[in-house]
Amino acid sequence: MKLSLSALKQYLDTTATQQEIADKLTSIGLEVEEIVDKGADLEGFIIAEIKAVENHPNADKLHILRVSTGDEIIQVVCGAPNVYEGMKSILARPGVMIPCYGERLEKGVIRGVESMGMLCSEKELNMGTDHSGVLDLKTDLPAGTPATELFSSDVIFDVNVTPNRGDCFGVKGIAQDLSATGIGTFLYQEPVPVKGTFDSPIQIHMEDENCPEFVGRYIKNVKNGPSPKWMQDFLISMGLRPISALVDITNYMNVAECRPLHVFDADKLTGDIYVRSAKEGETLKALDEKEYSLQEGMTVIADAQKAQSIAGIMGGEETGCTEETVNVFLEAAYFNPISIAATGRILNAESDSRTRFERGIDPASQILANEKATKLILDICGGEASHIIVAGQGVKWEHVIDFDFNEIKRLCGFEIPQEKAVSILEKLGFKVEGNKIHVPSWRSNDVKLKADVVEEIVRIYGLDELPNAPLRPVNLATSILLSHQKREVAIRRALANRGLNQAITWSFMDSKLAKYFDSKGIKISNPIASDLDEMRPSLIPNLLSAVKRNQDRGIKDVQLFEVGPEFYSTVPNEQRMVAAGVRAGNFYPRHFMAEQRGVDVFDAKADALDALCAIEAPQNLQIARRAPSWYHPGRSGSFVLGKNVIAHFGEIHPAILKVFDIKTPVSAFEIYMDNVPQPRQKSKSQKLLKMSNLMPLTRDFAFVADKQVEASKIMSAILNVDKEKITDVSIFDVYEGDKLPQDKKSLAVQVTISPMDKTMTDKEIEILSVQIINAVKKTTGAELRA
Amino acid sequence: MEQKINKMREEILNAIQTADTLVELDEVRVKTLGKSGSITAQMKELGSLSVEERKSAGQLLNVFKTEVATAIETKKAELEEKELNERLKSEMVDVTLPVRPQVNMGRIHPVAQVMEEMLSIFAQMGFDLAEGPDIEDDFHNFEALNIPPSHPARQMQATFFMENTVDKVLRTQTSGVQIRTMENKKPPIKIVAPGRTYRRDYDMTHTPMFHQIEGLVIDTETNLAHLKTTLVEFMKLFFETDDVSLRFRPSYFPFTEPSYEADVGCSRENGEFKIKSGAGWCELLGCGMVHPNVLKNCGLDPDVYQGFAFGCGIDRFAMLKYGIPDLRSFFDADMRWIKHYGFLPLDIPTNTSGLSLNGGLKR
Repeated sequence: MKLSLSALKQYLDTTATQQEIADKLTSIGLEVEEIVDKGADLEGFIIAEIKAVENHPNADKLHILRVSTGDEIIQVVCGAPNVYEGMKSILARPGVMIPCYGERLEKGVIRGVESMGMLCSEKELNMGTDHSGVLDLKTDLPAGTPATELFSSDVIFDVNVTPNRGDCFGVKGIAQDLSATGIGTFLYQEPVPVKGTFDSPIQIHMEDENCPEFVGRYIKNVKNGPSPKWMQDFLISMGLRPISALVDITNYMNVAECRPLHVFDADKLTGDIYVRSAKEGETLKALDEKEYSLQEGMTVIADAQKAQSIAGIMGGEETGCTEETVNVFLEAAYFNPISIAATGRILNAESDSRTRFERGIDPASQILANEKATKLILDICGGEASHIIVAGQGVKWEHVIDFDFNEIKRLCGFEIPQEKAVSILEKLGFKVEGNKIHVPSWRSNDVKLKADVVEEIVRIYGLDELPNAPLRPVNLATSILLSHQKREVAIRRALANRGLNQAITWSFMDSKLAKYFDSKGIKISNPIASDLDEMRPSLIPNLLSAVKRNQDRGIKDVQLFEVGPEFYSTVPNEQRMVAAGVRAGNFYPRHFMAEQRGVDVFDAKADALDALCAIEAPQNLQIARRAPSWYHPGRSGSFVLGKNVIAHFGEIHPAILKVFDIKTPVSAFEIYMDNVPQPRQKSKSQKLLKMSNLMPLTRDFAFVADKQVEASKIMSAILNVDKEKITDVSIFDVYEGDKLPQDKKSLAVQVTISPMDKTMTDKEIEILSVQIINAVKKTTGAELRA
Repeated sequence: MEQKINKMREEILNAIQTADTLVELDEVRVKTLGKSGSITAQMKELGSLSVEERKSAGQLLNVFKTEVATAIETKKAELEEKELNERLKSEMVDVTLPVRPQVNMGRIHPVAQVMEEMLSIFAQMGFDLAEGPDIEDDFHNFEALNIPPSHPARQMQATFFMENTVDKVLRTQTSGVQIRTMENKKPPIKIVAPGRTYRRDYDMTHTPMFHQIEGLVIDTETNLAHLKTTLVEFMKLFFETDDVSLRFRPSYFPFTEPSYEADVGCSRENGEFKIKSGAGWCELLGCGMVHPNVLKNCGLDPDVYQGFAFGCGIDRFAMLKYGIPDLRSFFDADMRWIKHYGFLPLDIPTNTSGLSLNGGLKR
């Protein structure tokens, strides 16, 4: 809400400075976001008169003007088309700050002609948007007069009105709040009722529960012309354009007292007024010249024939007032805010009236507003008023709160003297009778509970006396993180330690891509963009998109991870916490000491393994040779515990890379954090370490196995031969090629044997070796290579 | 004998001196002191001399033998040093070459880092951590929080709605966790709840997803003074300065009453943001006393129970503390951005060693 100082002063008698007023407004919850001092903007500008106009010798569209500054005649080059001899306008001389550009004017030479100043457009002075020509002032003030004498040097406060303070969309409401702070005296007088002289020929029929009260009046023989200067000044200062007296009066009531009204040209109405729901298919051309298609349930003000106004939002063009209007019908009604908001939203119709109605206007103001507007119409336009018509049940708003003044101390921790609290409430319009607080009608939407009353008092009183009060100490837990939360911290650090960089990507993604990732179709009905319309079923697609973005920026080798939710249901809490990562391009950059290689499945496996270690995954994880469809079927796998899938790893399927237009290999992994069982809570102390004093020895074996035999089977077969003595099995060579049949591979294995009590004899070692060979053969069919 | 030795001495010492390599030197040793060396031969001959002669000649010969052996050892040491020096010279490398390719450390996202910093502080203050789902129902996101159906926050422009559901939305605030906590636990309650939140806004300063942390304290005595003191302490610890001033500006939130926006004193000099009292104000977070209707909706009697709640943007705190300019860049996963603004995995915020480092060499 833009509030002018001049308008405020009509409702508040104050000597406070603009800064004091702004600070006060902010401190009571009416935050001032900006102060515009129009007088400051006009500093240095003067009224000037054009004495002569010549064409510029070197440019068609420029003129050379002789301009009087009062003291002297100067030369000004000007591009505006509307200049003429004898015209008065606003002149800036070199050194003056031009508000619109935020720069000081410099002396210039334009197309070879010196210019000693600039005549200004409305836009250049920040007084409006017109830039088609320079200001053409119709003024008697002589050249040389400061511009501030012509234009009001008003101050505009841009006040951020919170949704609960509908009453502050009027100058009156803000003024009353300010008066409670002691910064000035509230100036307001209830209007004196106007005596009607005849019965209104138009009656009101109430047929819609969204309008509980409609106060009407017929006024005949009015003359609609310009409104008086005081009203025009008020409206202009508040940012409105004066139109005609009848329109200006309703606008004035709107911004001054937050009281939307409507005036119909009564001669254009057919029969009575009907407040009813719109009919399906009914249309209305409104004052903004748009044709609105109305729906059932929207409240309209209709005559006997059709809808003539969208209730509380906008009047119809057909029945609007014009210069020729003679008889009018004045509407002061109350409409249900929820209904107004819904109608306005569906029709996408913005108006000052809607803004106020949907936040809730003063429910007790229909009669008073009608009286005040009638008085204004009679004073300004003349005419004769009918008896007032009050239709409807009226609005229920009376509200009394049982209040205990100790409530202030209870909620705020400090005391405010009761007489001070009462005085604040009374200045805000509340009535206090002992412990009974009567809420004023214009605040009845907002103030309903004891806590609301406390807020009112404290808001005005301020928090300067708020004491220092640390929270009561509690038993300090060893950690506030639950075990799964600790895992998120640990896995982040472990993955970053492996060279992966943490990304945070949207929880949503493009449904066209989600279908490749086992989508469950968890869609958003109103996405921010059409390619962010589905909750991600996996973290991988957003990471792949990030890979692509990075590669398009020239970063070919990408290492990213994310820890966040994936979604498979719309039921709250049916989401999975996942740690996922991708590597793209080469594992290392090009280097003189290492061969370059692309990332592969074993990078993904290593990433996943390290991450699993960091979150204390169980030691008996198995590896399954299967993974979801977005992985390369031959180069991917999963860590499982029986049927429980803990993680996937592998190279991304080439077809998926093609979908994302990625041209380098990508390795990826996904760890389902919630599926990883928590380690059993055992003693912190470790199993006792048994160390042998005897040297371990190693033996190498080469096995020839069918290609599909899994290396892990051979390794575990060997380990199982003697779990005590065989302490390590490692594969140091894998061979497939010419020297073997096509379906065979050779695995070279080093076995570490650690005797515990006594040195092993050659014979014992020989026996163990045979056991190893037999065990491998038995479990995998692999033979010792000849 | 003496003559003989003198003659040999000159020859042998000369041979030792002129030896260029350890191999040459060893040849001299073999030729003189070896089994069939010249000095050994002389020693063998001593047996053929008379007792008198043997005694004096033997003495001379022994002295000579020691002299030669010493000369060889000395020369050997000299040659060894020379050889080592030559080897070292030949082994010189360019140490300005880069190290072997290895995985350089990745980075922790500033939001995750700042979240850990905040949790570390709240842990110190005795708060528990709570969580809630990203997809929420209308009751927890709106209804229970005293946000009536007509509230502007409910309208299409601010909230994401889930397709094919009656009442599911992407949570617009972490405040739903308040409700879930109060539903499951009796006071005293003292929690913080961080998480992803969603609003239908996308411009210079808004992203459709962002992060919030919610605080809630409910008991029978906690009031506005506790709220302000708690927040001031938090600001001091988080921004790592004692020069913190906090201004409570009355505002409106449906779920608190009275409601405040907290502004922190700050300055912006040469584009650098600093927490500092007296210079200007920066809007930080929303807070207030939990609304009686919210308490009632969770089955608590507002005449008995009371407490405060606050909610703030984690991303915003990260931007302010670490001078990160553009919110939108937080969610772009640009490697250059993460490496620049991210944190090392070993840079773990703790109460013992301090929340943040001041920069230095990074790989």
